[in-house]
Amino acid sequence: MPILTFAMNGHQVSGHDDETLLQIARQHGIHIPTLCHLDGLSDIGACRLCLVEIEGQDKLVAACVTKPQEGMSVHTDTERLQRYRRTIVELLASEGNHQCAVCVVNEHCQLQDLAYAVELQYVRFPYLYPKRTLDATHKDFVMDRNRCVLCSRCIRVCHEVEGAHTWDTAGRSFHCTIMADMDQPWGTAASCTSCGKCVWVCPTGALFEKGQTVAEMEKHRDFLKYIVTARRTGEWIAEEEEGE
Amino acid sequence: MTLEELHQLAEKERGRQQAFTNRVLVCSSTGCIACNSGMTRDGFITAIKEHDLENEIEVVGTGCMGLCALGPLALIEGDGRLYRNVDGSVASAIVARHIVGGEVVDDNMLDTDDPFFASQMKIVLEHCGRIDPGRIEEYIAVGGYSALAKAITEMKPEEVIEEIRKSGLRGRGGAGYPTGLKWDVSRKAPGDQKYVICNGDEGDPGAYMDRNVLESDPHRVLEGMAIAAYAVGANQGYIYTRAEYPLAIERLKVAIKQAEKHGLLGNRIFESHFNFRIDMRIGAGAFVCGEETALLRSIKGRRGRPRPRPPYPSENGLFGAPTVINNVETLANIAPIIDRSGAWFAGIGTPNSTGTKIFALTGKIEHTGLIEVPMGIPLREIIFDIGGGTPDGTEFKAVQTGGPSGGCVPKEHLDLPVDYESLKAVGSMMGSGGMIVMDSDSEMVDVAKFFMEFCVEESCGKCIPCRVGTRHLHLLLEKITRGEATADDVALLEELCIMVKETSLCGLGQSAPNPVLSTLRFFREEYDELLKPVLGYEPSKPEADPS
Ligand SMILES: Cc1cc2nc3c(=O)[nH]c(=O)nc-3n(C[C@H](O)[C@H](O)[C@H](O)COP(=O)(O)O)c2cc1C
Ligand code: SF4
Ligand code: SF4
Ligand code: FES
Repeated sequence: MPILTFAMNGHQVSGHDDETLLQIARQHGIHIPTLCHLDGLSDIGACRLCLVEIEGQDKLVAACVTKPQEGMSVHTDTERLQRYRRTIVELLASEGNHQCAVCVVNEHCQLQDLAYAVELQYVRFPYLYPKRTLDATHKDFVMDRNRCVLCSRCIRVCHEVEGAHTWDTAGRSFHCTIMADMDQPWGTAASCTSCGKCVWVCPTGALFEKGQTVAEMEKHRDFLKYIVTARRTGEWIAEEEEGE
Repeated sequence: MTLEELHQLAEKERGRQQAFTNRVLVCSSTGCIACNSGMTRDGFITAIKEHDLENEIEVVGTGCMGLCALGPLALIEGDGRLYRNVDGSVASAIVARHIVGGEVVDDNMLDTDDPFFASQMKIVLEHCGRIDPGRIEEYIAVGGYSALAKAITEMKPEEVIEEIRKSGLRGRGGAGYPTGLKWDVSRKAPGDQKYVICNGDEGDPGAYMDRNVLESDPHRVLEGMAIAAYAVGANQGYIYTRAEYPLAIERLKVAIKQAEKHGLLGNRIFESHFNFRIDMRIGAGAFVCGEETALLRSIKGRRGRPRPRPPYPSENGLFGAPTVINNVETLANIAPIIDRSGAWFAGIGTPNSTGTKIFALTGKIEHTGLIEVPMGIPLREIIFDIGGGTPDGTEFKAVQTGGPSGGCVPKEHLDLPVDYESLKAVGSMMGSGGMIVMDSDSEMVDVAKFFMEFCVEESCGKCIPCRVGTRHLHLLLEKITRGEATADDVALLEELCIMVKETSLCGLGQSAPNPVLSTLRFFREEYDELLKPVLGYEPSKPEADPS
């Protein structure tokens, strides 16, 4: 696999030609905000938070789906990108019904983290207050669509990792919602194995475990890395820790 | 079929047609059918029977003749006279007075020397309205499938691509990507399985060029696809069109069957090793499904949602195989280029935009209809000479090209040549060919709002800037038209437009702000006039000093 060298924010970095700009940035300690991306899932380039500039190219590209080219010069944090990222988070904040103070993942929410990261002080757009539904028909979990940012991580983990494909998107434009099976109550969705993977990958409090109260739920997403690695290597038992 | 048999079939059909002393061509495309051209046809048939001329005069239902606003249209092939608004009684008058009596029926006659006809240049539409789209024999009689024969029997695939490259043909689906280059990439991409797809989704409001080509001359598109397939090494093609186009679907199905029956599609075409099949895929009618990556997903039966490119379909398309996706009109240009040469085609239009382009003229214009003009023609000529200007003497204000993805061109740019680069330079685009004319009564902010509403509804919802951004753009435009907005709102509108344009995932979101940006550029005063009056306040005068 050829190794390419190029510049990121003026520093020389290197990476394999099949790695994404996002992966290479992370290996070099350069932070690029993301939302739809999650290690272990396919990338869809949907949230547009990871957009970066490439010198000599008009179009911005999503770092999570772009491969490097020898000698290119990438900028990940220009004033323009910062402005666009703030607007994206602003748009998200106006789109759903996000009441952080009463949310199970308050303080452990990736949308909140993003809002802090882009220093969102106020939202210039009117709140849309969409009519959205809450589905508590599943025995263990709840889907509160009011808090959904439509990142589709739940859909992808269910399809790609669990293999159940319980979730999908219904509707289009701002009528998009995440639906279970044939748009039916989650509790009646025959394909759902109740594995809970969707709950763990959800960046917000849209998917959560029953029995949790405000600010109680922290989501651990490491499991995904182990499953995906094991699937690739065919080794399902953790290697013994070396030494000690 | 062999080349010999193709020539024989053409001869036979020409002989059959010449056995009639005259032919009456009645437009049977969607526009004229809507004006009841079925009755017209029956009217002719009845009248001809009454005069005992069944064996001398043939009545043929054809595709579109272009001037849809004046339908039903009928053409007397013998002397080329064209009649408008032909209902049943006019039809019998034409038979009695024109065909039998030899004098024209003045009231309904159209002047074919009128610039509407005279300034056009028909390449793609050359057979539209001249042949019966339901009979492959008529297409073959006017030279149909001879380009395919030539490509297969005389040319190497590389030579076909070279000819297309020389022609300078650029994609007519909107982006204007050079077709030869696209084919070359697919040809060189590794893989045994390759596909050719005809994009007939045509989702922008006001556009019906592709529908017309499919309805009026379906074999032309099949032939173009087969040549493309031969050039890139594909053996399977798909035509993607929408369920809203039932007549086009019907005629395509018939055309595919006929072509298969004559061995022009299927195995060992012209006794070569080239095999090619075409299937239809019908979409449910979503604008975004015209975007090529969404279209690919839709063909597979999945939700039509775009994905990031690269990889481009020409390398990694349908089922991961190299796939050429071309617009209907692009494909309809292929046969004449192979027939007559790339150099001939390159001589038409401008150096960077060669050939002709079909436009659907709609809105505040005298002659609504479908026209084909050489690239580079000034807008003024299209709107005033061909289109006849605005009706009722109102003043021309602007013309929207490129539909919801394009922008308006105001009257100070009327002398702009219509080509890809010039339109882009004024903030519009060629798009697929819709041209909506606006006169002094049209409110430009309303126009922008109309297109934005369309984009809001048609956004697939995948990416945030388009899904939420277009919604806020529409809300801001509504606020402005309600007279409740301030200058800050207009500034926010402009900022959000640029953000949505630069950050959206696919062409829909990237171009959705164009109508707003271009009306802001040329008609900003119309936005300003709608702003909420700022409450004036005058600093109070200091009280007169009593002392
Ligand atoms: C939102 C959107 C809608 C589109 N709709 C169409 C369409 O209806 N027909 C079409 O030919 N191309 C359409 N395109 C362009 C296609 O993606 C693609 O570029 C085209 O089919 C390529 O063919 P061409 O090179 O022959 O133009 C659309 C693009 C976008 C972004
Ligand atoms: S439910 Fe959660 S994971 Fe699923 S789309 Fe919504 S925010 Fe993303
Ligand atoms: S720009 Fe709009 S239509 Fe295109 S992917 Fe994004 S949401 Fe979908
Ligand atoms: S993380 Fe790259 S687009 Fe969402």
